[in-house]
Amino acid sequence: MTLLSVRDLTVKFATRNEPVTALHGISFDIAQGERVGVVGESGAGKSITGFALMNLLSKPGFIDSGQILFEGQDVTQMSDRAVRKLRGNRMAMIFQDPMVTLNPVLTIGQQMIETLRAHRRLSYDEARQIALVKLKGVYIPSPEERLDQYPHELSGGMRQRIVIAIALLLDPQLIIADEPTTALDVTIQADIMELLLELCRSNMVGLMLITHDLGVVSQVTERTLVMYAGRIIESGKTRAIINDPQHPYTQGLINALPQQTPPGTRLRQIPGSMPTLSMMPSGCPFNPRCELATDLCRANMPDITQFGEVQVACHEVQRLQADLNTAEAAQ
Amino acid sequence: MSGQTAEPAVIAAPRPSRFRAVWDSKIGYNFRRNPVAIASMAIFLIITGLAFFAPLIAPYNPYDPAQIDIMNSEYPPSWVAGSLPEFWLGTDDQGRDLWSTILYGTRLSIIIGVCAVLVQAVLGISIGLISGYVGGRTDSILMRLADIQLSFSTLMVAIIFLALTQALFGSEVFGRYAVVFLIAVIGVAEWPQYARTVRATVLAEKKKEYVDSARVLGFGPGRIMLRHILPNSMSPIFVISTVQVANAIISEASLSFLGLGMPPSQPSLGSLISSGFDYILSGSWWITVIPGVVLVVLVLVINLLGDWIRDVLNPKLYRG
Repeated sequence: MTLLSVRDLTVKFATRNEPVTALHGISFDIAQGERVGVVGESGAGKSITGFALMNLLSKPGFIDSGQILFEGQDVTQMSDRAVRKLRGNRMAMIFQDPMVTLNPVLTIGQQMIETLRAHRRLSYDEARQIALVKLKGVYIPSPEERLDQYPHELSGGMRQRIVIAIALLLDPQLIIADEPTTALDVTIQADIMELLLELCRSNMVGLMLITHDLGVVSQVTERTLVMYAGRIIESGKTRAIINDPQHPYTQGLINALPQQTPPGTRLRQIPGSMPTLSMMPSGCPFNPRCELATDLCRANMPDITQFGEVQVACHEVQRLQADLNTAEAAQ
Repeated sequence: MSGQTAEPAVIAAPRPSRFRAVWDSKIGYNFRRNPVAIASMAIFLIITGLAFFAPLIAPYNPYDPAQIDIMNSEYPPSWVAGSLPEFWLGTDDQGRDLWSTILYGTRLSIIIGVCAVLVQAVLGISIGLISGYVGGRTDSILMRLADIQLSFSTLMVAIIFLALTQALFGSEVFGRYAVVFLIAVIGVAEWPQYARTVRATVLAEKKKEYVDSARVLGFGPGRIMLRHILPNSMSPIFVISTVQVANAIISEASLSFLGLGMPPSQPSLGSLISSGFDYILSGSWWITVIPGVVLVVLVLVINLLGDWIRDVLNPKLYRG
């Protein structure tokens, strides 16, 4: 069953002159309990997508057009009050740096109890009991005492566990995790990812994992969206994308992994950098950095087509497919 | 990670009491090592303590006409020749014991100062929070209002307002409600100080991620402002509160000195200074000088405490 269905979502940023477009009509679905990874380099629009899903774009960003259907209701058309009922309750979000996402002047318990009581009619003691259960659920040692501690008394990994516990507090259907492990120690990262994976599996919670880390994506997610310059350029089963990427950008990302080059040699990075929003090249936004770019790429943005197991937006892939088809027909 | 069956028994120290926690904190430590802060705090506590318990300490009730004898007027304090032993600070022009009158007057001054600052704080903090958090046009309108308010000096606003009310209600009614009028006018005239400070802090705080995460948890703007942003903006509020109390006491004294504040039958420090001013050249200097010294000391220690709090709460000045 589809939990979240995004259709032609366009997000723009108002500037002094023309508004610039940050998301160019992206479409994707997340099924109940499905784990989806969103990868791409900085500025590709990953976090914007996350915030847009919650209808929480801060000024000057705004949703220009498109639909975000969450459990059948369009988030973009809802009143403030109705969206607030969704946030934290039906969908939750986990941020990058647990050092700053917890309110420094409230104890862990106060923050958890406040969240519970903002959405449910609960007495203080009932809320405290639920908070305790959730803290146990993320393997926090001696949760009873943690409730009365302030965030600064806890380590980074511990805080991220608490952030996850708060996200799960109201049994949401979807968790948007915006680089949940980037700010953590490498040894803690694996723990936290494992915990997140386990909790999503056992509670049948959908997960949208925004990350740079292809390794994490391949371990945790079932499906992957690759974003570039505000577009989804390739999407499909994570296994297919990691093992057999089709879009030159995705291929570039995977080739750039340090594991792909022998130690001591230069990493195979993608040359150049992503275009800024106001200076988008015509045609495919990746064409200035693409080795395969042709005049067609510089003129038109390719449509998304099915190729094998993945959907991909690339003229070269389409040409390849057409060649294959004619070859097949010839046989 | 998953072997959580046997939870280790955590031997936790009991949470210290609230006083203990403050005493042991950085602020408490800094306080104990700062002689100026200790002295100021001590003098402040003595003055407020004496003022607060004035009805118990003062030998006479200066508000009770039956206890005042005009024949006792203008006795000098005990260290000057010609004094009476029962009036150790002397008496004022109406025969009131100066010691008792100063105690009661200080109490009035402190009450007016603190209440006026409460009014300022409530007005200023709410306006500042809304202005900073909502932003946009609301912010511009509220801040221009603050600018307009600030362009009139407090004393000017207060003088106009008090003179009008005095003319409107007559001095008898005015005298009865003078405390309320003074609190209202000093409170309203100075709210922009709070509003500006709070707005500036809110602008810095609202960009922090815990505010985003509060929004993501589905909290409404009111809750985010009051429960999340406000507690994180308290340190500048503490600092300006001390300065504002001192300012409000001075404003009250100035207004009373000008005859627009407390009536002579219920003198505050300001009206006491004013009433003695007529006699200063005829030799009865103590009626003005002694309450004047009390006022200066009171305001000085509050300002010194304010400076100390500002330094302590400023992490940039923290030298380990």
